[in-house]
Amino acid sequence: MTFSTRAANWTWTYILRPFLQILLFVLGSAALMSVIAVIVSLIFRTPASRGATLEIDLFEQLLKQLPDTLIDGITIGFLYAVIALGYTMVYGVLKFINFAHSEIFMVGGVIGFEVMIRLRDGSLLTTFPPVLLVILMIVAAMAFSGTLAVVIERFAYRPLRNAPRLVPLISAIGISLFLQDAVRALEGLGRNQFNLAYPTDSVPFLTQRLPIGPTVTISVTAIIIVISAIIMVLGLNYFVNATKIGKGIRAVSQDQATASLMGIDVNQMIAITFLVGGALGGAAGVLFGLKAGNISPFSGFIPGLKAFTAAVLGGIGNITGALLGGILLGLIEAFFSSLLPFFPSFGTSYSDIFAFMILILILIFRPTGLLGQRVDEKV
Amino acid sequence: MTVQQTINAPPDNLLRRYGILAAVIIFVAAMFLILITMDNSLTFSPLWTALAFPALAISPFLILRLNVSRQIKAFLILIMLLILMPVLGVHDSFYFTLATQIGIFAAMALGLNIVVGFAGLLDLGYVAFFAVGAYLWGIFTSQTDNYIHAIGLTAPAWMFYVFLFLAVIVAAFAGILLGLPVLRLRGDYLAIVTLGFGEMIRILFKNLDHPVNITNGTLGLDGLASPPLPPFIGSITDWLVTTFKLEVGNPQVLAYQLFFYLLVLAICGAAILVAGRLDDSPIGRAWTAIREDETAALAMGVPLVRMKLLAFAMGASFAGAMGVVFAAKFKSLTPDAFDFNQSIFILAIVIVGGMGSIRGVLLGAIVVSLLNLQILQSLSSLINNLKNQNAVIPVINFAFKDWPNQLAVENYQRFVFGILLIVIVLFRPAGILPASRRKTELEDRDDVPPDLTEIPPDMSLTESGGDGHAA
Repeated sequence: MTFSTRAANWTWTYILRPFLQILLFVLGSAALMSVIAVIVSLIFRTPASRGATLEIDLFEQLLKQLPDTLIDGITIGFLYAVIALGYTMVYGVLKFINFAHSEIFMVGGVIGFEVMIRLRDGSLLTTFPPVLLVILMIVAAMAFSGTLAVVIERFAYRPLRNAPRLVPLISAIGISLFLQDAVRALEGLGRNQFNLAYPTDSVPFLTQRLPIGPTVTISVTAIIIVISAIIMVLGLNYFVNATKIGKGIRAVSQDQATASLMGIDVNQMIAITFLVGGALGGAAGVLFGLKAGNISPFSGFIPGLKAFTAAVLGGIGNITGALLGGILLGLIEAFFSSLLPFFPSFGTSYSDIFAFMILILILIFRPTGLLGQRVDEKV
Repeated sequence: MTVQQTINAPPDNLLRRYGILAAVIIFVAAMFLILITMDNSLTFSPLWTALAFPALAISPFLILRLNVSRQIKAFLILIMLLILMPVLGVHDSFYFTLATQIGIFAAMALGLNIVVGFAGLLDLGYVAFFAVGAYLWGIFTSQTDNYIHAIGLTAPAWMFYVFLFLAVIVAAFAGILLGLPVLRLRGDYLAIVTLGFGEMIRILFKNLDHPVNITNGTLGLDGLASPPLPPFIGSITDWLVTTFKLEVGNPQVLAYQLFFYLLVLAICGAAILVAGRLDDSPIGRAWTAIREDETAALAMGVPLVRMKLLAFAMGASFAGAMGVVFAAKFKSLTPDAFDFNQSIFILAIVIVGGMGSIRGVLLGAIVVSLLNLQILQSLSSLINNLKNQNAVIPVINFAFKDWPNQLAVENYQRFVFGILLIVIVLFRPAGILPASRRKTELEDRDDVPPDLTEIPPDMSLTESGGDGHAA
């Protein structure tokens, strides 16, 4: 095999094919959700009038909002997907829900904030190349959150590996509470507040909106989120499927005992899984901070829960599934929040209820998720 | 008591036995006296109360460990609960509120213990049932204008006892509602779905001011009705006030505090009885079987669906009843009082005390609620006192003035709970007072391959509890 065909092969397997798969997921989910939304809007074309003065044509409204809704949904979707990857990887290897992942995510967001604020204090923020800034934030957050996840695994989960299944979950809840207050204390001491607003105003690049059509614009933040998420997913795909360590992780997730007999260091593999999952969570934290504009010690909880829902939706333990679940959930949420305001008897505040209802419905009708396989409980 | 324990017991020494009894009684009396004579203006008084009240509160567990007859133990505990505590409460109403809240949490924890400890179903949304009970009373008796008010469906105050039973039924029904969809789920999935359910209930109550205003949304309900006082409570209070010439602003307030204290005590007693009988019943054994191995339990003919639903319903009903009491005592409700942290708080009680162990859960309720409601607060005010006096720790030269305001100890409950949960799970996974069954089970879980010549303790014919291989 010549070098060029090998290179072509490599590019196809590890870049093009997964990329096309992501594209397929995005377009497929977007199309599916749009069709559902259109049908709903046609059924309730004039929903219960919001006072007699307003006559809304829901269908027209939907079409007007469709591009924004889709962009918003896909952006949130990628964010959820990246967080969900952390849940799903750990679940795949240890069959355990890392409850503290939402706090690892939050810590990543805080680290991103710290990087940005320190650059601003050194009055470097305005002159710093914005792309480099984002990369710096993400890398710092990945390093910190990844390390944190490994430390947590070492001290709070490893000693409990043979304990009944509820036990590590409880220590994860403990870690979660502890981290929330630890971050609150540290930031409270250092900055005298713990609701941390990203100084995005100082970086005009990040607040820009680019036109992508006659009426539609897309924010730079959304582009950053989508691009970095795609890069991370491709990287993860390569790491898990092509490298030796990835092979080790897959082996451990299939059968720990056998893997260890084959000379794989199970503890090391689990630590690496936590490192990678935590790093992804940290990066997602920065992306979330850029999108939401602020982060607080308690802002990990809801995105974490939703990302978990996404992981379950796609089939927990399954990396492709997490991606699909994340994008689908993001879109579902975006459509709910764009359509619900037209149903005055509900209003947007009910959208969280629907998100949890979806989770419960999936678990009733397809507990293994969309792409998951039935895993029989070992007796 | 098994033969083994009888042999190992030290020779019965009356002096020693009653000496310890006397020591415990003196200890209790000393703590009581410290609290009753405490001068709250002293700098270190928060520290002393933070030590003495918890010590007093857990002393029933010391009494239970004494080597004396059951009658004496029961007598001493009843004296503590029915005389010492009320006297303390009359002296400082804070202690009444504290004891009542501990009781509310204890009964809820006993309910959650049925779900988590007995049946092994991790429920992270337990507070939802508490909210259901509380809102049941709130919706029907609140002074706030809501839809129920508008259509004239308000309940009179004497319906309190009816609502207590109604809440048990409604909460049990909610438990079944939650149980039905999650029956097929195990372990972690169940945890997340119950969490979602709890949040859903909270969001629902938070938003039920539209389409029709039922819960008054974020603002919550105000001016809930108080149940009518039973006449004997009134006369007891009057007697107390006149006999001891107490300077009470409003005897009615005192009477209500006494009433709620006794009510909670009675409900707790009932809860202990119900939970204890359930644990020893065939139902309890079925739950244990499900907890240990669902597949095996199914194979042995345990009706999984019925038993799991029953666990959810029973657990929920405890919280529902306590919800009504809580609402009637505090007379106002906001949806955010029923958030995820509350569920975690109740779970922490169960874990810290000991999953599946009734005594453990009661101890856990005392320890965790006091930590939350009293100890952290006391430490905060101690630090404030020291700050105001410019106190300095001598050796390391730390001036309390420099203690940052951001680190007000009372605001760091999560921090303390987080560490508490981790430490307990790592070093005492079965809790402070483990259930005997679970203790055996956890002690057996070691890496040493079982010695086949020895009869495993859980298969031996005696119920020797935690003796393990030594038996």
